[in-house]
Amino acid sequence: MKFIDEYRDPQLARKFLDEIRRTTTRHWTIMEICGGQTHSIIRNGIDQLLPESIELVHGPGCPVCVTPLESIERALAIASRKEVIFTSFGDMLRVPGNSKDLFMARSEGGDVRILFSPLDALQIARDNPTKEVVFFAVGFETTAPANAMAVWQAAREGIKNFSVLVSQVMVPPAMRAILLSPGNRVQGFLAAGHVCAVMGYEEYEPVAHEFNVPVVPTGFEPVDLLAGILRTVELLEEGRAEVVNCYGRVVSREGNLAAKQTISKVFEVTDRQWRGIGLIPLSGLGLRAEYAHFDAEKKFDLTHIRAAESLLCMSGSVLQGILKPDACPAFSRECTPEHPLGATMVSSEGACAAYYNYHRNFDVS
Amino acid sequence: MTIAPVCFTPILQHETVQMAHGAGGRLSQSLMQRVFMPHIHNPFLDLLDDQAKLDLPPGRAAFTTDTYVVSPVFFPGGNIGELAVNGTVNDLAVGGAKPLYLSAGFVLEEGFLLAELETIVKSMAEAACRAGVMIVTGDTKVVGKGQRDRIFINTSGIGIIREGVNLSCRNLKVGDSIILSGTVGDHGMAIMTSREGLSFQSRITSDCAALNGMIGSILDEVPLAIHAMRDPTRGGVAATLNELAVSSSVGIEINETTILVKPDVRGACELLGIDPLHVANEGKLVMAVAADKVQTVLDVMRTFDLGRDAVIIGSVVDDHPGMVVMRTVYGSRRIIDLPLGEQLPRIC
Repeated sequence: MKFIDEYRDPQLARKFLDEIRRTTTRHWTIMEICGGQTHSIIRNGIDQLLPESIELVHGPGCPVCVTPLESIERALAIASRKEVIFTSFGDMLRVPGNSKDLFMARSEGGDVRILFSPLDALQIARDNPTKEVVFFAVGFETTAPANAMAVWQAAREGIKNFSVLVSQVMVPPAMRAILLSPGNRVQGFLAAGHVCAVMGYEEYEPVAHEFNVPVVPTGFEPVDLLAGILRTVELLEEGRAEVVNCYGRVVSREGNLAAKQTISKVFEVTDRQWRGIGLIPLSGLGLRAEYAHFDAEKKFDLTHIRAAESLLCMSGSVLQGILKPDACPAFSRECTPEHPLGATMVSSEGACAAYYNYHRNFDVS
Repeated sequence: MTIAPVCFTPILQHETVQMAHGAGGRLSQSLMQRVFMPHIHNPFLDLLDDQAKLDLPPGRAAFTTDTYVVSPVFFPGGNIGELAVNGTVNDLAVGGAKPLYLSAGFVLEEGFLLAELETIVKSMAEAACRAGVMIVTGDTKVVGKGQRDRIFINTSGIGIIREGVNLSCRNLKVGDSIILSGTVGDHGMAIMTSREGLSFQSRITSDCAALNGMIGSILDEVPLAIHAMRDPTRGGVAATLNELAVSSSVGIEINETTILVKPDVRGACELLGIDPLHVANEGKLVMAVAADKVQTVLDVMRTFDLGRDAVIIGSVVDDHPGMVVMRTVYGSRRIIDLPLGEQLPRIC
């Protein structure tokens, strides 16, 4: 299959692995930011094939994982209302709130629907004028353009029965939080190719210089990841804290200008809570004042809903690369995909889920 | 002004299913005569008794049941009726039985188009004919609009198990070869890509087919060499292999390079972030076969269209009992797990 097979070529992968072995002279800790990259690494066993001196730690780039518990509880409260059609990306439905998830809300009679695009929610709103249609607008910079477009379109058409429950977050503030954390071990980053496709990579340049870390945007296929790891190792070995793009077929320095314009037309930068991590200042997006009437948090009175994280769950440390999933005392014991303590165990981009699905209780060597 | 007399005779020629079609009265009879009997008839059903009276050949009987709720009802490569016949035929056949008789129970939603019902019944009759089984008894109920999604079908089946054959998911032996009869994920992705809400088009068609012909020929040739057989439906090949490994307390090791996925299916799985090994099949076979007879089995399978792409995907090992492990194309290893539940497309 074109654009896939060439990036999964085992022979090419072996060449990159050989080159990584030749280049590495000491121990390096590299974080892949995106959970999609984590899954590709663990699923393809790339971590088993790298020299022992290259340690990959897994980053916070899993939108499902970092959506705060309070947002899940608010989603559940909205979804259980009779007049509401609650719409969401599928991945959010299995994320545990305090006592249930959106699947359970659906089985209790809530009209909860899985969509592939927020623009589909808009169509549902047009088709169901007597219902309130709410879209769960979660994600990083990847989902922000389409979510912004849905709101912008709704405003343009004057659609009144549509709103969004927003939990949009951004990568660079999370990188800063990780680098500032006292337990930080990250020496270089693989940046998420699809985030950079939207935002470009120029916003990583100040991070690289300020914290003296190389940042390498790359993709999700094994060859992309290995090429990105090799580039990061080369930069580390040479002591160069630069941003070098390894995903040239998709990513440019300035990114997708139309998408960025749409985001800034509808959203503004705001403080955001990250599940397991806590408040990161100026790390998220919220609706601008002129679009406030599309904010589900304002439309439905939700301010009284508060939620507390499980004390057993250490997903915050996992999401910051401080703790490997299988080093968590609850991993595969109190915490499994059937009975998850945190979202990292159920999301298809969660690091705990990747370890559980592909490595659990099993010596892969 | 004169008022014309109104005649309250019941309308028997409805276009859609009415509540009265399930009430046992004249409309029920009309439904039988108009929709079911022109397509499904045999000496057992034609008697219209409340039960079929069967003389079973000697041997142990296999008995199975399954309920079909697929949506959409019509999908590329088949429909719910064909699926209901083939699925139950396959459940009998993978137990080493020769499928003989089926029952068919229909739950219809009020308002369902009779023309569509007739298409479904017709393809059930054709599927039964192809598989060499008879639908010998049946039932129809109608529920109010909105209480069900158009049509559900239950089929049960009886077959007679071949003498000397002992197929069970508990029979895997260390050293057995694991054979897969062809590509994975066709049915599940045909359904998923034809559902409303997915705005991309594909040419993926379901692999829905009856396997009893091919299974019969395999068992004719090497009845004792086959230790277990399963059709990897819901949960896909991954779920089937896990069931076999757990039931027999053995490990299964498979090789990624041997798993065949059609390009369209692979593309759709890539787009949706779904593992083809977790996607349902409706005309595929997974077998554990004694290693010394594996070539004979492959030779037999490859004489059938359904087994043309049959291949050894792995073997039974004494390591990691209850677990399925895959050697990746890169030489690393990973667990092949049971899917948790519904396959959920990811956010990004």
